[in-house]
Amino acid sequence: MNSIASTWAVVVKDVRSELRTRYALNALLMFVITSVATILFALREDELNPEILSGMFWVVIFFTAMSGLSRIFVSEEERGTTLTLQLVASPSVVYFGKLIFNCGLTLLLSSAVTVLYVVVFPAFVIKSALIFGLTVFLGSLGFASAATIIAAVIAKANTKGTLYPVLSFPILIPLLMTVMKSTARALDGELFTAALGEFQILVSYLLVMTAGSYLLFDYVWKE
Amino acid sequence: MNHVFMTATEIAKDFNRRPIFRDISFSLSSPSSLAISGKNGAGKSTLSKILAGLISSTRGSITYTLNDKQVGIEEFKHHIGFVSPYLNLYDEFTALENLQLLSRIRATTQQNETRMKDLLRLVSLWKRKDDLVGTFSSGMKQRLKYAFALLHNPIVLILDEPTSNLDDEGIEFVQRMVKQQKEEGVLIVATNDKKEACWCAQEIHVGMPEK
Repeated sequence: MNSIASTWAVVVKDVRSELRTRYALNALLMFVITSVATILFALREDELNPEILSGMFWVVIFFTAMSGLSRIFVSEEERGTTLTLQLVASPSVVYFGKLIFNCGLTLLLSSAVTVLYVVVFPAFVIKSALIFGLTVFLGSLGFASAATIIAAVIAKANTKGTLYPVLSFPILIPLLMTVMKSTARALDGELFTAALGEFQILVSYLLVMTAGSYLLFDYVWKE
Repeated sequence: MNHVFMTATEIAKDFNRRPIFRDISFSLSSPSSLAISGKNGAGKSTLSKILAGLISSTRGSITYTLNDKQVGIEEFKHHIGFVSPYLNLYDEFTALENLQLLSRIRATTQQNETRMKDLLRLVSLWKRKDDLVGTFSSGMKQRLKYAFALLHNPIVLILDEPTSNLDDEGIEFVQRMVKQQKEEGVLIVATNDKKEACWCAQEIHVGMPEK
């Protein structure tokens, strides 16, 4: 019970810290608006098929996530509060606290991008809400899981900014390919059973990534 | 108060294959005190971080015994208070919020508001308890670190450069606290100030011999 209370306290601390500093929120918001606006200006005349729209949807989420999710560990390292956190909490408590925070942030980000896409692109019509909702949910959690452990790794490195997307891309390729395919199915209005294979991959990716990160985190967190 | 016994056996630390110190061994049983001395860069802060379980040693081991039962560092950490120039509190929270949030994360049974308020009075920060730590001077931040370190009534108190940034009143507070700690628990002071080293009954010197 103590571990659950501690984990939740880490989440509460990070949420309150984020609301005061807006380290990640501002970066995410600006990136979403500018990238969607750029795509809109470039493609406003074109008729876009579901594959291209789903690809662009996840490209925005990928790069936006890359600009904001690393803050969760980088800000602790830059402010010198890592030691404080190491003193009061076990590595697993810190890992799951940060993971929950990043999951919340990524779900918020995905929801904001979805709303923007629906409003801005007339061709972005979600014909299968169940496939789309589940894809965005599982995809966001997968993103957050991978992003959290990579953020913990790069927080200890000297070249934090450039290393993050470079290190993340190969790890996120299986996830990106799956969510793009599944999103295209949702825009095409396919049956739920057609996307079952993608959901199996997404659930497996989430479980493997979270379990692997949990085992690795002890070594990353402690110098 | 709980009884603790700490044994460090042949501790060594390298940074990028560069040896910082070698073969540090000692035992501490409450009540006792130990000063870690050495030149700048000799590894005093590194050794204090290793003792607090914040970084691992390259070689050697440390065992922690609490009430005759050997415990792991994650459990023992709840009995350690640590003050160091490398340890920062959250600038975006007030002094009181810092203590409340960190106490909740620690989730020990000893968290209560009265203790926090008493400690803030003790370190003379009561009037500034609702101000953001980002607006504090370095001396005030150091005082708040003491409040944070003492919050859970630690049996082992590790102080790295204990009086840095403190005024005379702050130094007097540290001296009073040090006196009490070494009578009741374990006190470890990492310093290159001879006066501060004299607070402790034992002293070890860290660093590599010059070539």
